[in-house]
Formats: sequence, C-alpha cells, structure tokens
Amino acid sequence: MKDQGVGARAQRIGGVGRVTGGQRYVADIPLADMLHAKLVTLDCAHARILSIDTSAAIALPGVHFVMTPDDLPKPMPRFGPEYQDRPVMADGETKYHGEAVAAVVADTKDIAEEAALLVKVEYEVLPAIHTLEEALAPGAELVQDPAIRRPGPHIASNILSEYRFGWGDVDAAAADADIVVENTYDWPSQTQFAIEPHGFIAAPDGDGIAVWSSIQHPYQLQKTVAKVLGIPMAKVRVFAPDPGGGFGGKQHTKLEPLVAFMAVRAGQPVRLILTLEEAFQAVRSTGARMRVRTGIKADGTLVFQDFVNEFLVGCYGDTGDRVSAKGSFLSAGPYRTPAVRIVSRAVLSHTTPTHPMRGFGIPQVTWARESNLDEAAIAAGVDRLEIRLKNLVKYGEEHVPGDTPADGDWAQTVRKAAEEIGWGTPVPPGRGRGIAIGLKSGPTTGLSYSTVRFLADCSAIVFSGTSDMGQGARTIYAQIVAEELGIPLDSVSVVMGDTAVVPYDQQTSASRSSVLMGNAVLNACRDIQRKLKARMADMEGIEEAAISVDRGVMRLPGGEEALPAVLKKVLGRMGGEIVGNGEARKDALPEHPLGGTALFFEFNCTAIEAEVDEETGETDILRHVTVGDVGLALNPIQVTGQDEGAAVMGVGLSLMEHLIWGDDGRTRNLGAIDYRIPTSLDLPRELHSFSVENGDGPGPYGVKGISEGSLLCTAPAVAAAVRDATGAVIRDLPLSPERVWRALQERP
Amino acid sequence: MTDTFHLEFTVNGRLRVLDIAASHTLLDVLRDDIGLTGTKECCVVGECGACTVIVDGRSVNSCLMLAAEADGADVLTVEGLAPSGQLDALQQAFLDTGAAQCGFCIPGQLMSARALLQRTPHPTPEQINEALAGTLCRCAGYEQSRQAVLAAAEEVGS
Repeated sequence: MKDQGVGARAQRIGGVGRVTGGQRYVADIPLADMLHAKLVTLDCAHARILSIDTSAAIALPGVHFVMTPDDLPKPMPRFGPEYQDRPVMADGETKYHGEAVAAVVADTKDIAEEAALLVKVEYEVLPAIHTLEEALAPGAELVQDPAIRRPGPHIASNILSEYRFGWGDVDAAAADADIVVENTYDWPSQTQFAIEPHGFIAAPDGDGIAVWSSIQHPYQLQKTVAKVLGIPMAKVRVFAPDPGGGFGGKQHTKLEPLVAFMAVRAGQPVRLILTLEEAFQAVRSTGARMRVRTGIKADGTLVFQDFVNEFLVGCYGDTGDRVSAKGSFLSAGPYRTPAVRIVSRAVLSHTTPTHPMRGFGIPQVTWARESNLDEAAIAAGVDRLEIRLKNLVKYGEEHVPGDTPADGDWAQTVRKAAEEIGWGTPVPPGRGRGIAIGLKSGPTTGLSYSTVRFLADCSAIVFSGTSDMGQGARTIYAQIVAEELGIPLDSVSVVMGDTAVVPYDQQTSASRSSVLMGNAVLNACRDIQRKLKARMADMEGIEEAAISVDRGVMRLPGGEEALPAVLKKVLGRMGGEIVGNGEARKDALPEHPLGGTALFFEFNCTAIEAEVDEETGETDILRHVTVGDVGLALNPIQVTGQDEGAAVMGVGLSLMEHLIWGDDGRTRNLGAIDYRIPTSLDLPRELHSFSVENGDGPGPYGVKGISEGSLLCTAPAVAAAVRDATGAVIRDLPLSPERVWRALQERP
Repeated sequence: MTDTFHLEFTVNGRLRVLDIAASHTLLDVLRDDIGLTGTKECCVVGECGACTVIVDGRSVNSCLMLAAEADGADVLTVEGLAPSGQLDALQQAFLDTGAAQCGFCIPGQLMSARALLQRTPHPTPEQINEALAGTLCRCAGYEQSRQAVLAAAEEVGS
C-alpha cells in the first residue's frame, strides 16, 4: 500500500504532537510576564447600562486595570466580516446574553475572576427579541440602530437582508401540478461546540502588536486588528496555532480587538481563554424556519418548488446575510425543476452572534426540501428513491440556470447509498428507512498563495495559510509536495499560522483548502519544476522545450532523472535552494447573485435504517450509510475521518442539539451538561462511509472538497426513517425522545 | 489571602514538591504550576473528559479533583505515555487509524483508553464505547478511536 503521495493512507503530519500532548493550542502557549483577563457580563440578554463602578475591583491586589468602554476610542470601534457593526465591547447597551460590558486584567486568573465579580454594573433590563415572530412583528423594537445599518429597504425593520432567487413562473406552473404539498419546517439554533474553547492572547511586538487566536481566518483577523487599532497590517502579526476544532465557529474576529487594546494599555502580554459557557455565548449557528411548497406530476416529475426561508441571526450582522443567501440559493437542490421561487431573509434578534456551522445554511434548507419532497412522493404513491433519481440532473446539466452545472455523476452516488441500505428489500418489522440528498456549493470566490522551498538536502518546506483544525490540511499539502518533487513524505515540513511569514490565504472554510490551497501548493511545485528545467537546459545546452517534468521525474533527451538528483546538480557546490511560488484563485462574478459560481459541489446521499422505542420515543439508528462524491481521496484515512465525523455531528444535530432561550432571552443551556452532543454511546449501530472517486474535481489530481457533505442531509434521512418505521411525521428538530413520543401519540 | 497547601506527588514518574493554592484542582496544578499542558481544559464540570488523567491507576477528570486530594498519589498524564520518545501501542494505533483530527480531545481519550486496557486487556467494542463515553470528540465519529483501542489491545496482548 502506498504510504505517501497521492491517494496514500499517509499518517497525519502533526499527528505525533496530538498523541503526546506536545501540540500547543492557544491556551498552552507560555509567554513571559503574561497577564490574565476576565470578562464582566450581565445575567440578562438585553439591557441598558447605567453605570460601571470599578473601584472595588481595582482595589484588589494584583489587579492591573479594568477596561470599560470609557477606555476605548470614541466612537466605539466596530468590526465584522460583512457589516462593521460589532463593538469592541458593549457600548451603553448589551444586545445578547454574555456580551462583555467590561474586562479585568490581573496578575493571575484567580485574581481576574475574583475582581470581575467586584465590578458593579447598574443596568436596566429591557425586553429581548429571541424568536422570528417577535422580530418580524409590526412595530417590533429595532435590534440595531438604523444609524449603524447599511442603507437599504429593510433598515427600519429587523430584516438584516432579503434575497429573491428563482427561475420560471411558479404561479403559472402550479396549474400543471397534480399534487402540491406545503408545510413549514424548523431547524433550531445550535452551537458549534469545538472541544477547545476560543482563546486569545495579544502582546506588544516592537512598534506593532502580536495576536494569538484559535481562528480559522487569520488573515482577516490581521486586517481587522490593524483597522481597529489604526496601524498598518504589516505591524500586526497574527499567530494562529492549530485550532482545537472549528466547524465554522472560529471563522471570524470576536474578542481579539478587546484583548489587543488591553495588551497595548498593559504594555505586556494579556490572555483571555474563554470557558466553555463563554464560548457558547461567543458564537452559535443559525436557526431557521422554512415554508416549502412542492408541486409534482402524478409520476413524481417536479413541476415547481417554492421556498420562504427565514434565518434567525444574532444581534450583529456577522455572517447572517451570507449564510441566508448561500444556504437558500441551492434550496431547490440537485433537481431539474422548471419553476423555482426562493425568498430568503436573515432576521436580527437579541441573541448570540451567529457564525456559519459546518454546512453553511445548507443543512437547514435541505431538511425542509428533502422532507417536503418525501411528503409529495408519499402523497403521489411514488417511491422516495425513484422521485429523486427521476428528477436528479445528469452530469453537466444545470440545476440552477447560469450557475455551475452538475460536476459529478450524482446518480452513481445515490444508487450506491440505496444499494448499501438495501433499498427495495423487505424492511424488518418495526424498522424504517429514509434516504436524502445534500448539495452544497463549494467556495464561490477564493484566493490562496503558497511558497515551497526545495532545500539543498532535497527536503522541502511548504508555507500555507490554511488553518489545520483537524481536517488534515498539512498532510494533504505534504503529500502533494512529496508527489511533485519526488521526495519522501517525512522530509516535508509544513509551516502555517503566522501571518508575518506565511503568504495570504483568504480563509479556511467551505471545504476549500484541498482544492484552492492544494492548487496553490501544486503551482508552487510546478514553479520549482520550471526553474529546475530552465537551469538544466542552461547547464546541458539544450532547449527547455526538450525537457519535461512529471510528478518528481525529469525527462531529458538523454533519459530520465529524479528531481532530487536534478536539484543537486543544479545547486552545485554553492548549495542554496529553489523557491517556488504558487497561486490559486476563483474570481468573483459581480453579476452573479452570490458574487460567484460554485467552484465545485459537495454532493452527498445519506440513507438510514432506524427503529423507534414506542414507549420512550427514542430513535435508534441501526444502519447509517453516507456516500460522498469526493472526486479523488488524496488521503483516504482523512476522507473517512472527516466523513464519519460530519455524519455523527449530523446525528447530534438531528437527534439531540438545540439552544434554549428563556423569554428573557437568556441562554438556558450553556455548557456540556445541558447541551448534549453525541458521545461514543450515541452512535449509529453501524456507520458506513463510502466515496465516489471519478477524479473530476477542480483540485489537484481531481479532488473536490468533502468536509461537510455527510451532515448536509442527515436530518431528513433520519426523520424519514422514523416516519417509515412509525408513521409519525415530525417537522421540527431535534428529534428528541419527547418530540418523537408526542408525534407518536398524535399519529393519524 | 489564599490558603496554600504543600503538595508532594509523583507525575509521570517524577516527584513533584510544590506549594499550591488549596482551591486549585489537579488540572490547574498540572497545567499552570507544573506546565504539563497536554492535559486539556474544556468544560470544567466533568462532562467532556478532555482533562482525563490516571491517578493511582484510575482515570479521573482532573478538573473535578482538588490537587490536594492527589497528595502522595501517582499521576500519569499524556506526557507520560511515551517517556523515552517512543510512542506506546495506543498512541501509535491512534495515529494509524487517523483517530486524532484536531487532537484536542485525544489526550483524554488516550488516558481513558489506557485505564480501560489496564483493567480489561481485551475489551469488546461495547466496553470501548463505554470507556470512551466520558470524553467528547467533535471532529471524528469515535469509530477510528474504537478501532485504535482494539488494535492496541491486540498488540499489547500478543
């Protein structure tokens, strides 16, 4: 079996540190003279701050200072990935439960925690909007001051943004439908729950500042800190140690600007490591309510699909607009539907700011579409697999007019899942089966740079700005370099997480890194190959055109030579190294509704066999099959790891997870006791992950992104199996035992 | 003023003698006083298992144990699994199966698995699931961890 290069089951680069405790996450980084910060927060969501008395806290020995809004520039600096609306700390008013109103900086963590309790805040509790109904009610209080909103038609409402997508004429098409099914589906707000809570350190660094953060997008953090502090980007050095999980929750800047201001004031390093409860209050995913109407012919042919999707985002714009837009754009899925209408709204509320979570809004919409499609199929008496295969677009066929057409043999993926679950074979008594399809656009824009240094001893260093948060990006890049330069995998090092040293990468998200950064690394290797070729042509006195290079081997008129031997010859006695630079970009298309077409699609089909305990309402997944069209598995162990991990996360999101807000807007289930995620005892009895590999992706050697696929459609597949087993129809998640039990009692 | 406690215990085979804040947990002392940061902090209420270490042969959540309670004890942390730099069978198996993704929960999983194999050298898959149930992982689906523990059990047992 290959143990390096493309397709190898190569061991993770960085793996040894992960099993020895040597891997340093932000909270593990020791700096001399480091001070400790603790946030001061209120036990309510929405409040007007009347006064902050820091005297008792400052009097405590070991306290350096208490940072309040008075200590920050006026007007309060604001920032955000799409909207510049998030204040460095609460500015006269808290807008969600857990928003910092002040922060203590002290010699030790204990002193900081004690002092935080001594800060006296006088405040008036205000009503908190935490549901779509409240936010959209006529005359509802505005969550955001229109003065800080981006001008637009919705500025005097709680609608952050609204999109209308579609094609064909749904109203006219409705007359042609034999069966129309309409229902509303709810997806709760959930939390990303990386096991590493977010951590931040800032320290003066010469005439600039250094910031450490467990962040997915270090280059965006660099830009934000520079802007907020009013210093050049070149004076901001972001260190981004590998995050201990991200799942979208660590994409963007949060408390780093506050920590930076505190470090500047202290003149020494300050660290703020969040508790898990504070991490729950730092970010969450976006809940949604989808009204879906599907019209079909009696034989199951889709006639129209009609969606109104409303996403409950937090109190700041954050990525709410983008999740709503990108999640909704593919509402109609991979089907050939002549008429589609999509309305999508992001709605502000007095709740935790929202980041994307694995799937970027697609799981929410997929839950609604696939469930509604099942209801239509059942009403028509059409098999639930057949209705999907009948309407599925073929390879190269457009499913959204004007966007990237189907980039895979998707029927192959669906048939594989059906076969593995035994679709069409008798179902054992008491059990049921469900099948669902998920489709997600990869990145719509992208820009990644990489540098590869081919050193004199034929080892190589790769510089890549990807955050390796578990997906194994380091290993993938090292495999590409080993393949292209013809060297052993263990002689490749990968440097990441330092914006002063590593060239720019737009971001680590949308399952982009194997494709975009992978291509940048590949192009850097090709740059090295070109330089070696030019030098060899010179030295041998032959035309460059007479030389070719393919995967680590140079072909010369006189025969073949391995690249390491070529390097030695080229460097000669002077030594040195050959440096290659590579770039990969996906350009924006300003006229496209999302600003760009899909670089590739993540396509997944999930099939479930389950049974339900009629007494308790507990769902037991007996067999869980996930099949993803991955293009090519550059590292099959990592592909399986990501796919199984996403599938089990999908099971958690389907069966267990939801944030609960009280009427006062307080989050009532903060932390690991009250918010359950799957443990090793909550798994499907059998989980089978399969990959379809046709080498047809846009990344190196034909790879596509794969890290979100298997959770896109878990929920509708599980709910379909529950309905198939019991007849209970459930349109709200999670499928908790209580909810399933109630649905069983209400069965027709 | 903070009450202090004079603590003497063994960590990964090395005697440690230090004065600590009496209120500090074993996790605090391992990470902050001794600097062994391989043991991770997440929920601090004994639910996530990231801080799991072995105290006198038993796996414990070090966030729930006062350091003073470990006085005289023999503590093993993830840093003690490969004292000579040579990975033990469990660590190697976690690498071979790809169980370690972001890696943050892995020290806890390794220590839970180690404690299991010490008392049950040849566990069933169900026993492994039971032993790992106290350590939350959000990246992987636990399947690769279970395979790793099974593989390590065979290696050690053979």
